[in-house]
Amino acid sequence: MKNIFKSTLALVALFAAFTSCNNSGKSGGKSGALASNIAEKVYVAPGEHDSHYAFLSGGYSGNLTVYGLPSGRMFKEIPVFSQFPTNGYGYSEESKPMLETSYGFIPWDDSHHPDISQTNGELDGRWIFINGNNTPRIARIGLRSFETEEIIEIPNSAGNHSSSFITENTEYVVAGTRFSVPVPQRDMAIKDYKGNFKGALTFISVDPEHGHMDIKFQVLMPGFNYDLSHPGRGKSHGWFFFTTYNTEEANSLLEVNASQNDKDFIATINWKKIEEYVNNGGGTMMPAKYTHNLLDEATHTTTSTMKKEVRVINPSEVPGAVYLLPTPKSPHGCDVDPSGEYIVGNGKLSANLTVHSFTKMLDAIENEKFAGDAYGIPILNFEDVLAGSVVQPGLGPLHTEFDGEGNAYTTFFISSEVVKWKLGTWEVIDRKPTYYSVGHLTIPGGNSRKPFGKYMFAMNKITKDRYLPVGPEMEHSAQLYDISGDKMELLLDFPTHGEPHYAAAIPAEIIKENSLKFYKLADNKHPRKATNESETKVVRDGKNVHVYMTMIRSHFTPDNIEGVKVGDKVFFHITNLEQDFDVPHGFAMIGANNADLLIAPGQTRTLAWEAKQVGVWPFYCTDFCSALHQEMQGYIRVSPADSDIELSWSFGED
Amino acid sequence: MRKPIKLVAIIAIASVFSCGGNEKKEESTYGKKTPVITENKGPASERVDLTSKGVGPVTSLTLDAEIDQDMAAHGMDVYNKMCLACHKIDKKFIGPAPTGILERRTPEWVMNMILNPEQMVKEDPLAKDLLMEFNGAPMANQNLSEEDARAVLEYFRTL
Repeated sequence: MKNIFKSTLALVALFAAFTSCNNSGKSGGKSGALASNIAEKVYVAPGEHDSHYAFLSGGYSGNLTVYGLPSGRMFKEIPVFSQFPTNGYGYSEESKPMLETSYGFIPWDDSHHPDISQTNGELDGRWIFINGNNTPRIARIGLRSFETEEIIEIPNSAGNHSSSFITENTEYVVAGTRFSVPVPQRDMAIKDYKGNFKGALTFISVDPEHGHMDIKFQVLMPGFNYDLSHPGRGKSHGWFFFTTYNTEEANSLLEVNASQNDKDFIATINWKKIEEYVNNGGGTMMPAKYTHNLLDEATHTTTSTMKKEVRVINPSEVPGAVYLLPTPKSPHGCDVDPSGEYIVGNGKLSANLTVHSFTKMLDAIENEKFAGDAYGIPILNFEDVLAGSVVQPGLGPLHTEFDGEGNAYTTFFISSEVVKWKLGTWEVIDRKPTYYSVGHLTIPGGNSRKPFGKYMFAMNKITKDRYLPVGPEMEHSAQLYDISGDKMELLLDFPTHGEPHYAAAIPAEIIKENSLKFYKLADNKHPRKATNESETKVVRDGKNVHVYMTMIRSHFTPDNIEGVKVGDKVFFHITNLEQDFDVPHGFAMIGANNADLLIAPGQTRTLAWEAKQVGVWPFYCTDFCSALHQEMQGYIRVSPADSDIELSWSFGED
Repeated sequence: MRKPIKLVAIIAIASVFSCGGNEKKEESTYGKKTPVITENKGPASERVDLTSKGVGPVTSLTLDAEIDQDMAAHGMDVYNKMCLACHKIDKKFIGPAPTGILERRTPEWVMNMILNPEQMVKEDPLAKDLLMEFNGAPMANQNLSEEDARAVLEYFRTL
């Protein structure tokens, strides 16, 4: 009796002690033990790091956001296609050329599908690419600086949607047009679309050392809508797959008219074959106007170049390079499994999910088993290339990713869920709801030869009641799931910025050690830098006044400038002399019509300011930099246009 | 008498397992130390301390009797690029002037102040007082290599 009493007491004491510090994860509605268990899976203690980076497209923000997994914390918004007042991107003189296009300066876009560079089919974490959908462009962001380093415009394209997907050694980043258009553009009746419009699929070569992009060739396809794409990998490396819709070639009321055909196509392109043709001089150089904008890290300056021609290929020129795979009902996502054998066509209006076999496709091609042709492009028989169907897994399939364990995960927009199914047997293993109306999903490495499993997140189009209400306009919601077990487990809800379409995620250790801490002053080759205070000066060039300025905790040199006149345009070329991690300074000038600047250590950035009124006008540092941050300020004196006050400048002089 | 002791032991062991366990990274000193009010010893920039080596990577340094002119020339170059924005040679500016510094500080202290300023202004009594004397203007870590910092020190010997 005594012993039992003793043991019971000990057990009670143990239980109390083991559970005493674990109350924080409990939330209403869930049982305490379960809720705290899930909370632990996403809890990253203060000061600790997440295990994965996730790069989410910013949708109509035109940018790219960086999140941590599993915490769902946002670390950074990287400006890509849109001006960004936060750091002056697209406003500073150095960065404005990045947003130049053949249509002129375009300060926004609609960014969709980020994809991380690969080596041997595995994420290498060197760069991330993303498409501008509206004014067709592809951007390359360096994953050392996390800055947009290059943007190339895509001619002959409109609605750059089946982009920007990368071949398994980053040989090409591929950009397919969603809208077909007259090529070249010309004045013609819209009703004459059918048979006359073209869809350009663009293969942009990527320099293996620097990542620099150049359009190698465009394949001018029939006037369908090219929706999404993915490269072959492993055994299918060398091929590229594009989903199509509107194979009806309707030019109006597409909602109805583009949904008539029982089957549309997945177009497949043997790009190695076309590359060989081009390397031997094949194709036609066609006049075109498109910009190529490139950041020089040494000068911190982007240069925009207008290109004048592009190489185009008609599919009939290269027999055996282009085929059409019939795929039911306006397929959206076009996803290739890690082995490269299975090509999933997510027929968004189809009851079943269609999976094609690469081996069967090659076999059908070899035996020339064609069902016919479209504008001379051979059409294969649906039954000949079909690997299998996932039967009625849900409503409105959109996108599929893979876990590397033989499973696929498909989003269903209409039934608002993610369904896990098995490659080869096509059986449904699990389904979990999403909140609400999911678009894309991402598994780290889930569109490569080596998925990293563990996490999957779904990006939803509709938020409704998931968060505290903030009026009619809301950020979208995403859900993170643990996929390490047989069943998916919902872990976390987190808001996302803009409308993230696709996202790319990668284990943190692949890139975090390479992340740049600051720019070395010794490497700064900006033509108007001042890398020490003896190089500071103010120079007049007609009505332009160039201020070569430095900043360090906590002063500007010079901080008193006189001799500027009404009507002058003052260019502040400011170099941050700090050589330490995370010591940026800001620069704000009263009445600036553009933005303020945020200048990283060792970097030079330029703000243009127009002197409009006589007076003495202050400028100051916008980034709290030290205990003397409030003292980091200066004045510029603006005199009448006919004043004869000479330019002068000073700092701390008696 | 033995039983209660056992029970206490179980609770104690269980408590150890149940809380914490995460490895600690950099500790914040916030709220842990009562600030010590120091007696007024005159401006820190004028005080002489030829024994303290400061806090940092340099623990022992012997200077040759003769100044290495090549090294000093390199040091001047580094100094002009990295330090001059805040330190004029011979007058108080954002920070103190380096002229005559080795009459007041050890060579190790000077190098540690260049190489490890964040820790110096937190832990070295002189550096702490200097921070206050210079209005809280932080000594920027310009990430000099130890070799470059050594060259700057050699340059200071020529001033």
